[in-house]
Order: sequence, then structure tokens, then C-alpha cells
Amino acid sequence: MKVAAFKNGIWNDTINVRDFVQKNISPYHGTHEFLRGPSSKTEKLWEICKQATQEERENNGVRAVDIDTISGVSAFKAGYIDKENEVIVGLQTDVLLKRAMKPFGGYKVVQKALGEHGLAPSNTISDLFEKYVKTHNDGVFDAYTTEIKKFRSLGFLTGLPDNYARGRVIGDYRRLALYGIDTLIDVKKTDLEAIEGPMTDKVIRLREEVAEQIKSLKEMLQMGTYYGLDLSRPAQNAQEAVQWTYMAYLAAVKEQDGAAMSLGNVSSFLDIFIEKDLEAGLITEAEAQEYIDQFVMKLRMVRHLRMAAYDDIFAGDPTWVTEAIGGMFSDGRTKVTKSSFRFLHTLYNLGPSPEPNLTVLWSERLPQNFKDFCAKVSIDTSSIQFENDELMRTSRGSDDYGIACCVSFQDLGKHIQFFGARTNLAKTLLLAINGGRCENTGKLMVEGIPEYTQDILDIDTVMTNFRIAMKEVARVYNDSMNIIHYMHDKYYYEKAQMALIDTNPKVNIAYGIAGLSIVADSLSAIKHAKVTPIRNEEGLTVDFKIEGEFPAYGNDDDRVDSLAANAVADFNDELKKLAVYKDAEPTMSVLTITSNVVYGKKTGATPDGRKKGVPFAPGANPMHGRDTHGAIASLNSVAKINYLDSLDGISNTFSIVPKSLGASDEDRISNLATTLDGYFARDAQHLNVNVFNRDTLIDAMEHPENHPQLTIRVSGYAVNFIRLTKEQQLEVITRSFHESM
Amino acid sequence: MYCHNPDTIATSGGTEYDIEALVKRAVNMKSYFGKFGGVTVSGGEPLLQAKALIPLFQRLKEEGIHTNIDTNGRLLNHFTTELLDDYSDLVMLDIKHMTEAGFEALTGAKNKETTFNFAKHREASGKPMWLRYVLLPGITNTPELLHQLGNYFKDYKTIEKIELQPYHKLGVHKWKALGWKYELDEVQENTPEEIEQAVTILKDYFKEVKVN
Repeated sequence: MKVAAFKNGIWNDTINVRDFVQKNISPYHGTHEFLRGPSSKTEKLWEICKQATQEERENNGVRAVDIDTISGVSAFKAGYIDKENEVIVGLQTDVLLKRAMKPFGGYKVVQKALGEHGLAPSNTISDLFEKYVKTHNDGVFDAYTTEIKKFRSLGFLTGLPDNYARGRVIGDYRRLALYGIDTLIDVKKTDLEAIEGPMTDKVIRLREEVAEQIKSLKEMLQMGTYYGLDLSRPAQNAQEAVQWTYMAYLAAVKEQDGAAMSLGNVSSFLDIFIEKDLEAGLITEAEAQEYIDQFVMKLRMVRHLRMAAYDDIFAGDPTWVTEAIGGMFSDGRTKVTKSSFRFLHTLYNLGPSPEPNLTVLWSERLPQNFKDFCAKVSIDTSSIQFENDELMRTSRGSDDYGIACCVSFQDLGKHIQFFGARTNLAKTLLLAINGGRCENTGKLMVEGIPEYTQDILDIDTVMTNFRIAMKEVARVYNDSMNIIHYMHDKYYYEKAQMALIDTNPKVNIAYGIAGLSIVADSLSAIKHAKVTPIRNEEGLTVDFKIEGEFPAYGNDDDRVDSLAANAVADFNDELKKLAVYKDAEPTMSVLTITSNVVYGKKTGATPDGRKKGVPFAPGANPMHGRDTHGAIASLNSVAKINYLDSLDGISNTFSIVPKSLGASDEDRISNLATTLDGYFARDAQHLNVNVFNRDTLIDAMEHPENHPQLTIRVSGYAVNFIRLTKEQQLEVITRSFHESM
Repeated sequence: MYCHNPDTIATSGGTEYDIEALVKRAVNMKSYFGKFGGVTVSGGEPLLQAKALIPLFQRLKEEGIHTNIDTNGRLLNHFTTELLDDYSDLVMLDIKHMTEAGFEALTGAKNKETTFNFAKHREASGKPMWLRYVLLPGITNTPELLHQLGNYFKDYKTIEKIELQPYHKLGVHKWKALGWKYELDEVQENTPEEIEQAVTILKDYFKEVKVN
């Protein structure tokens, strides 16, 4: 097969995938009518996968685990679903849905996860990790202070990546396809040569990291040979481009088990190879779709070994294979290609699915046909999310970015982030009215906050104390982050992913908050109504008496929405004052995943009238049932939170019943596309869209067998509804379903 | 005898809103309107409040917001004509029935002609209008009545489309909640064939026929 002739540019002389895409892309403005259904090979494979996932569900969520092998890029020989029907090959282990141990994040977690399935690591492995090998988790707990441990165990800081991989790093997986491993190794060797003394900590560390990356590239080469692939050279056709890209991603998920292992934005890159082959008559549209379908199928089969407790924070066994689709170039052209459609079309060819986490980068200037298709896919499948391309591209300064996890911008190949989970801002507020003590245990968490002596809460006093609490919580949070990321680099460095990223990339640290709507409504109640704490004999608040009305966040009412926006800005300002490991830039998100349930559990009654233990709203959402002025008013409230105060993302999950979007399919598509335009025109950042009736979910709870692929967006990701726990299912059902715009 | 919003029929009660508060809500929604959106006043019968709607629509026009009235056209006075002629970008006119007897049976009122005069007035103003027509099996959906409807309006230039609303029972619970007797209990919902037949007939008379 001949090598396609591409337009040259600086990508020929340096590693620069963006330049390649920019010079060679074929933007597409047409409709979805060119799309093809699944091939018979794809259908056969998908049947096997569906069978395997059913076995997985029936076997307590895990189909099989390898207890003898420490997972790594070249640890497992080739594995297939059904070799003769696979046009894109590669599995994480040698068997479909067999999970692997990745103990460098934390050995105890691996042991526990296996134990929950009646298994244990082999003797050799337990011997190694109990006697000789130190993990990230061991390192973190060696360095944690008593104070950090207290904040962690009492629920002020939750979900910290201190016992498994931090994830969130996105390798530029396209590089393998465009350059091949030989070139990538040559470039890294040159980089290594240039990292010279004096040998400070920083320089030594970087030299070691680059040396590790080179070794990892060699391992990728080895992994390729197991499948008969020569990854040393660039991909030479469409099939190879897909295959090479997948191999690079596969290397990452063999080595790391981060919560979020995003893919980047590969669709329009792959489209360039596909267009060349289509033009040369080498492949048909059906074959092009077959590559994408099978690639996506493989991504749907990615698994990590998790313990049950993990499910509290990240429910439904998610992997966050986030793929960003669409968006615009800075030069005004669209990045939408036929392959943007092909990726979305997998939700029809293979049915709805939470993974990969398909994320449309929305701009009002996207081709109308693409907007309509996205709206249609969203209405039909509730499997995709939307993020504001205009806002991110212009404020972050790159038009070649992916989304780490749910909502986090990452300039591909040039920029990484350190995942920081989140802190509980509602509990932080309770510190302000409990003299700095934890409302549940009475333990003193923060010094310098006077005991609250008046009967009625006064907004000025509460705000003064709240600021002290925020400052102190931010300090402890920052301490914990610095320890975690120092140790992760030391014991569980992402060598495979970092091999596909520029040497010494820009880093941002991704802090987060939970409980925003609770904080906003509580402050609103204190300010606009009369709130009297009810205290126990220790003087801790156990409930609140609220007299009078107060505006609630979610109704486009500035009196309370400004309190939400200011809380975000204030806490972000506190975080920005603190120095971070590797000089990372501090950023913050308003995102909870499904941890809004567990955060709620750990939080006492709040001044907004929420009772002890009741779940928070997810992400930046208004509290369930309090956004009573229709869908648009609810969206407008969230849009008021300033992205510049929350650069790691602001997640909003939105559920609407089909009939309120419109009477006909045509109306619903047009109205959803217009709603997205309207929301993002107000500088909002993210929207998860669910279009269904509550009855569907209730039926799925009662008859899960009838809804094997029912997918819903929860908070920055999607889940297979029937894999949620009963408690999480009920929480989702109680969320606001907008019945009017 | 039927209405999807029976809770809005009452002419007393409700919540009073300040015009500027309503305008602010509309302005905050402006980015969502797209090419076709705007403010629609509906009811009940919004023209009963025509006098108050004039300053509201005036303000909405100043803000560049599209205005629309969803009405049965049974009020024609100097307030309604001012509202219509000067401030309403669109009128969605509900045609209840083509015969006086049928009109009276459905609405309990005898002023079918006012609706038709209303249509004439709008036509004379040259500004856009949509017709809306509920398909009630056996009551309004007979071929004879549909042809009558088409013939009556076929020469109107301002009618951009006709929207057909197949009768449904989604609002019945609201009537029951209001403690009213629902008199159309016997009427069935339309079959797909009946809807198709209505569309086929009306397509010969109108630029666009849409089924809601």
C-alpha cells in the first residue's frame, strides 16, 4: 500500500500533531446521511462483548482477574475477542474483561479488591509487595501529617488519589500513529541529552523521568510485536492509524488505573488518514465505520480492578475514556469531520454506552448539520456531554485540547494536570458556625474561629468565619496535594503517557469543591430569612430553624446566584495563594462525580434546611427540587459561576422530559441545539444532557434485565444505570427533571 | 369543553407580576431563543389582559424580542387591535369549529364570527399568523369540516402554516384536580390514519401543515 502524501509543515521537523491536523484536515459541513451501519464482523464481536459484560454483572461485577501478573505495557501477551473478526486488535490482558493488578498505586487496595471476590495475589506478588516494593500509597502515608489524616477521615477531603493512580494525564496517543516509536525515542534521547547540570533535585528528577519514558517506548514496541504490529514506524493507512493510536492508549491503561484515563481528541486526526484512503479508493465508508466501531468497542471494554468502596465515589465502574469531538480552530474553521459523526454514530451501531465518554466541544459556529446530529444523538441516547469550545479555546489559548475526566481542559501533548479530588465546602461552612469544630465529632479542625454565641445567624459574622475556615481548609488541602503528587511521581510515574507528551510540560493542579448549592442556599437563608441553629449539649449544630422565605440557587435570581459565584471565587483565591509541587498552576473545579451522595452522608444538617446525611446536588447543580422556575432559569444560575474562577471546570447535569423539549423529533432537536447555543453564549462551561422520563428509570430499577444498555449522564460522565447501587439510583431519580423550559 | 391548561382559565386569582420583572426574565432567556424563539403569551385567553399586554410587548420589542399571542380570537376591541397591529410579531389563532353549532357546543359561546373577524383583521394588517386546529375525532376531524376550513382560509396570504393538535387526554387529570366534570370522556384519541387523512386534506389549502 502506498504511503499517503500529506501536506508538510513544522510537524515534519518537530513533534507537533496539531500542525499536522491543521494542515491536513477536511472539515465537513454535510449531514449524517453518509453513515453506515455495523459490519457483520462488528456485530459478531459486539455479541461476544455483550455476553461477557452480562457474565461480569452476574459475577459480582468482575468476570476474571489475573492474580499472577503485575500489569504493565508489555506484561501480557496478545488477547482477542474473536481474532478472525477483529480489524482493530488489543486487550488490556490476554482475555476479554479479565482485570489486572496494578499495585504500584497501593498494594492494600489490590489485596482488598481481590479479597472481595474471594481471591488473593499470588505468593510471589504478596512476597514482593509485603517485603520489598514500596508503593505510592506507602509513600503518601509516610509523609501525611496528623492534621491531613484528620481532614481526610472526617470527610473534609474525600476521594484523594492516595491509594491508586491519580489519572487525568492524557498522553497524546496520536503521536504514535503519526511518528512511530523510532522517531519518538530519538526525540526523547535528544531531550535527555539537553537536560544538563547543575544537578538540582529538579534536573535529576527530569532526567530520570525522560529515561523512564524511553524505556516505556521500547516496551510499547514489544507490546506491538505480540500482535504482529511494527510500531517502530508511522501508521501508513487508516486502519494502522486507528490501530497505532489504540496501541498507545492501551499502553496507558495497561500501566495505570487512574480514575480518569481520557483519550484526547483523536477523531479528526484519524479522519485525515481515513479521507486519504477513501479518496484513493482503498477502503469503503463501511470499512471506515468498521474501524471506528471496533476501536470504540475496545474502549468500552477497558476495565480496572477496584474495591467496592471506590464505587461510593465513582459509581458504575467508570473509566473516563473521554474523547473530545468537534470544536473550532483558532483560524475560524471547524474541526468537525466525517469522523466526528462516525464516533457519535457508534452509539447507534453498538447501542448507547457510558464509555468512551463522548464530549462535544460546542460552538455556536459549528456546522448546523453537526449541531443537529449531536442534539439527535443526545436525545436518543443520553450518552454524550457538551462543553463550551469558545470559552475554553479563547481563555486557555489552545485549539488542540482534550478533556481530562469530565470537564478539565488539557492542551494535548503540552500540558498535564495533577488530579486533586475535592474538598467539602458545605462542611467548611459548618466550621464557621461551630467555632472551627467538626459538626459531627466536635473535633477542633481549624483554629481562630470564635464560638458562635448569638442565637440568630448573622451573615457578616458567618462570612468572616467562613473566610477563615476556607483559608485553613485550603492550606491543609494544598499540603495533602503536594505530598500525593510528589509520591506519585516517585513511585507510580506515568512513563508510558509521559513518553507521548513534551518533555517538561506545563502542569496545573486540579483542586475541587463539593456542596456548592448547599453553601449558596445556606448563605441565602442566613442573609434573607431568619436562621436559628439548634445545638446539642456540646454546642454543635444539629439542625436549623428557618423563618421566612429565601431565594434558592437555580432560579436565575442574582440575590443568591451571586453568593454561589462569590464562594467559588473566594475559595479559588485562597488556593491560588499556595505554592504547589513542580510549580503547578492552581485551578479548581466544581464537580462531584457521584460523590455528592457520600459527601452528603458525611455532612451534618445545613442552614438551608437540608437534613444531616442528605445527598448534595452533583457538581454545580442547584439542589434537587429547588430550581422551580424552569430549565432556562436553572441553566442561567449555573452560567453565572465564572469559569476564570474555576478553570478546571464547572459541571452541570441537566435532565429534561422529552415532551418539554418539543412535540416532534424535529422540534426537540432544534430546541436542544438552540438551548445549548443559549447556555454557552452565557459563558457556561459544561452540560450533561439527559432526555427521558422518570418512569423509564423507575422501570429500569424494577426490571434491569429490560434495560441492559440504559445510559444516563450523572456528573461529567455517564453510567450504565443498572450498575448503580440502589441508593445511587434513587438519588438520580429524585433529581430535578425539568418539565418546562 | 377541553383545554390543555384548564388551570389558566379562571379570570381571577393567579400571581401579579411587575412588567419589568417579566421583561428581565425574557431578556435573560434571549440567548436561548435562536432564530425562532421569543415570548408567547398564552392562556386561558391572553387577550382578556390586552390592555396590560400592550406595555409589556412594547418593552419586549424595545429589547429586540419576538412577540407572539396564542389566542382564540374572541375579543376584538381597540386594545386588542393595538396590541395586534403594533406589537405582535406573530399570532397563533385557534380555530375551534367551522360551524356555529359546533363552535357553541365546544365553547359554550355563540361568537364564532368574532374569531373569523379577528382573522380578517390580521390578514388586512399583512402580519404573519398561524392557525391552530384541534382534531377531535367525530367532532372536528371529518373530511367535510376540514375542507370547509381549507376553503375558508385558502386565499389568506398571512397564514404561514396550520398546526394540527391531535386530541389527547394528558390534561384530563388537571380537570379532575380542579373538580370539574370532563365532558369529552367518551371521545377517543386520533388514530394515525385519521391524522394522516387530515394532513392530506389540508395540504391542498395551506403552505405548511404541521402535526404537534
